[in-house]
Amino acid sequence: MTSQAGIISTEAAEAARPGGPPRKRRRLEADHNRRALLLLGPTVLLLMIVILYPVVRGVIMSFQNDPGLDPATGLFVSGGFAGLDNYTHWLGQQCGRASCPPGTLGSQFYSALFVTIFFTVVSVAIEVVLGMWFALIMNRTFRGRGLVRASILVPWAIPTAVTAKLWFFILSFAGIANSILHTQILWTGSTWPARSAIIIADAWKTTPFMALLILAGLQVIPADVYEAARVDGATKWQQFRLITLPLVKPALMVAVLFRTLDVLRIYDLPKILTGGGNGTTTLSILVVDQIRQGFNSAAALSTITFLLIFLVAFLFVRFLGANVAASSGKAK
Amino acid sequence: MATATSPATRTATGAPAPQIRRQKGVIGANVRTYAGVTLVVLWGLLPFYWMVVTAFRDVGYTFDNTPWPTHVTLDNFKTAFSTNLGNHFGQALLNSVIIGVCTTVVGLAAGVFAAYALSRLNFRLKFLVTGFILAASMFPLVALVSPLFQLFTNIGWIGTYQALIIPDISFVLPLTIYTLTAFFNEMPWELEEAARIDGATPAQAFRKVILPLAAPGLFTTAILAFISAWNEFLLASELSNDRTQPVTVAIANFAGAQPHQEPYTTVMAAGTIVTVPLIILVLAFQRQIVSGLTAGGVKG
Repeated sequence: MTSQAGIISTEAAEAARPGGPPRKRRRLEADHNRRALLLLGPTVLLLMIVILYPVVRGVIMSFQNDPGLDPATGLFVSGGFAGLDNYTHWLGQQCGRASCPPGTLGSQFYSALFVTIFFTVVSVAIEVVLGMWFALIMNRTFRGRGLVRASILVPWAIPTAVTAKLWFFILSFAGIANSILHTQILWTGSTWPARSAIIIADAWKTTPFMALLILAGLQVIPADVYEAARVDGATKWQQFRLITLPLVKPALMVAVLFRTLDVLRIYDLPKILTGGGNGTTTLSILVVDQIRQGFNSAAALSTITFLLIFLVAFLFVRFLGANVAASSGKAK
Repeated sequence: MATATSPATRTATGAPAPQIRRQKGVIGANVRTYAGVTLVVLWGLLPFYWMVVTAFRDVGYTFDNTPWPTHVTLDNFKTAFSTNLGNHFGQALLNSVIIGVCTTVVGLAAGVFAAYALSRLNFRLKFLVTGFILAASMFPLVALVSPLFQLFTNIGWIGTYQALIIPDISFVLPLTIYTLTAFFNEMPWELEEAARIDGATPAQAFRKVILPLAAPGLFTTAILAFISAWNEFLLASELSNDRTQPVTVAIANFAGAQPHQEPYTTVMAAGTIVTVPLIILVLAFQRQIVSGLTAGGVKG
C-alpha cells in the first residue's frame, strides 16, 4: 500500500541522523527550514485566510449580541458584547431570561445534537459492516476487477445533492421502493421513516468509500499468514477474527474516523431529502437556519459544532488508535 | 484461470482432497465470489440506473416503475435547460465548471509545493504544520458559513465567483496536500539526486525530473479536487445567488410547472447530466482514483 511510506524521506532522514558530521547536518537543517518556509508559505497563508480568519471571526461573533429586541427590557439592541449569552442560549436552552419555548430554533439544540449523533453511530456502523463485507468480496480474485471498482465508485462520485434527489424519488410514495416492497410508507412524512431514508441514502453513497479503504488494508495482509493459520486448523471465522480484523484495524480506524467526522457535519442529505423536517434537523442544518435569525447566535452554534467535531477527532486519535498521521505517511 | 489464488482454492490445495470434491469446491467458491461481486456491482449501479431510466421517461409516466426504459423521450433534458420556469441549469453548469476549475488550479498550485516540502524536507515545526493541515481537512464547513456570510454581505461579495471559489479552497487544499504527499512519498527520488549530481539546480531538478514523474499523481489529485469542488453544496447554497449558483444548488431548488410539485423526471435528467462527466472520469481513471483515495484517505 502506498500510504505506509514515510513522510521522512531519505534526504530528510540523513539530515536527522545523529551519526553525520554535525556542522554539515546543521547546514542541511537550516537549508531545509528556509526551503520549507518558501514552499509552505503560500499554503499556510491561504489556509489562514480561508479557515483561520473565518474561525476567529466566528468565535468573536459568538460573543456578540444579535441586533434585535432585548427580551428582558423590550428595548432594541444593536449588538454589543454578549458574554456567554449565545452559548447559554444553546447549551442552557435560555432565550433571554426564560427557557426557550418549544418550536423555536433555540429549543431544538439537544434534539439536533441527538439526531446528529444518532445518524453518525448508525450510519457508520452500517457502513463498517457492509464496507467490510464488500471489501472481503472484492479482495477475492475474479475477472473484471476494474469494472467492479468503477461501478462501486459511482455512488461516491455522484454529488450528494443528486443522491438526495435520487433517493427522494426512489422513496417517494408512488416510487419504486414502495412498489418493490409492497409497502405504502410515507418515507419523508414521519420521524423514523425520514431518519431511515437519510441513513439508507448515506449508506448507499459512502459504503463504497469505506469498502475501498478497508480493501487497501486487506491487500497488504500477506497470504502466507492465512496459509499458516489453515495449517494450524483455524476456521474461516477464526481467521477473520484473529488475523483479518487486527491486521486491517489501522486502515479501518482511519476510515471510521473520516466517516464519523463526515456524518457529524452532515448537511446536504437531510437538507435536500427531508428539508430537516420530521426530526431530521442536524446541527449543521440548525446553524444554517439560525443564520436567518442572527449571525452571532449562529456563530456560537457553529463554534459548538466545531468543538464537538474536534473533540471526537481527538478522542479517536488519542484512545482508539486512529493514527491519521501514520496513514498519511509517518510510519517510518 | 484467474481463481487460482482464491482462498477457497488454496484451501483445496492446502488439504489434499479427492479430485471431484476439489472441483466442486472451486466451482462453489466461484459461484459465491461472483454472486458477491454481482451484489457489489448492483449496489453501485442500480440506483444510478434508475435515475437514468427516469431521466428518459415521459413525465406522464413518472411513476411507471417498470424496471426497463419505457416511454422514452428527450423532453426532460430540454425542460432541464429551459429557463421558462425560472431555472438556470445551463448557467449553473457553467458556474460549476468555473468554480471547479479555479479551485482545482489554486489547490494544486499551492498544494504541490506544500506536499513537496512535507514529503522531502525535514524542517522545524513540521509536526505543527502537518497537524494544522490535517485539522483543516477535518474542519466542519458549517463553521465557515455564518462568518463568511456576514463578511461577504458586508463587502458585497454575495453573488460573485470569488465568494464561492475562496471558501472551497479550505477543503480542496488540505485534500490536494494530503493526496500529493502520499504520492510524493512513493516517488523514486534518487533520480532527483542524480540530476543534482549532474549539475541541475533544485528548481531544474524539480521541473525536469520530478514534475514529469509526478504527472499521474498530479492528475489524480486534480480529479479528486475537482470532484469535491463540483459536489460542494453547503457553502454554495448560502453564498451564491441565481446568477452564480452551481449545479448542486440548482438541482436542489429545481422548480417544476406546479408549485409544491417535485419535477422528478426533470431533476433526474439534470442529475444525469451532472453525474455523467464524473462517471466518465471514474470509468477512465478508476485505478488512479482508488489509489488516490486510499493513499490520501481523503473524505468522500
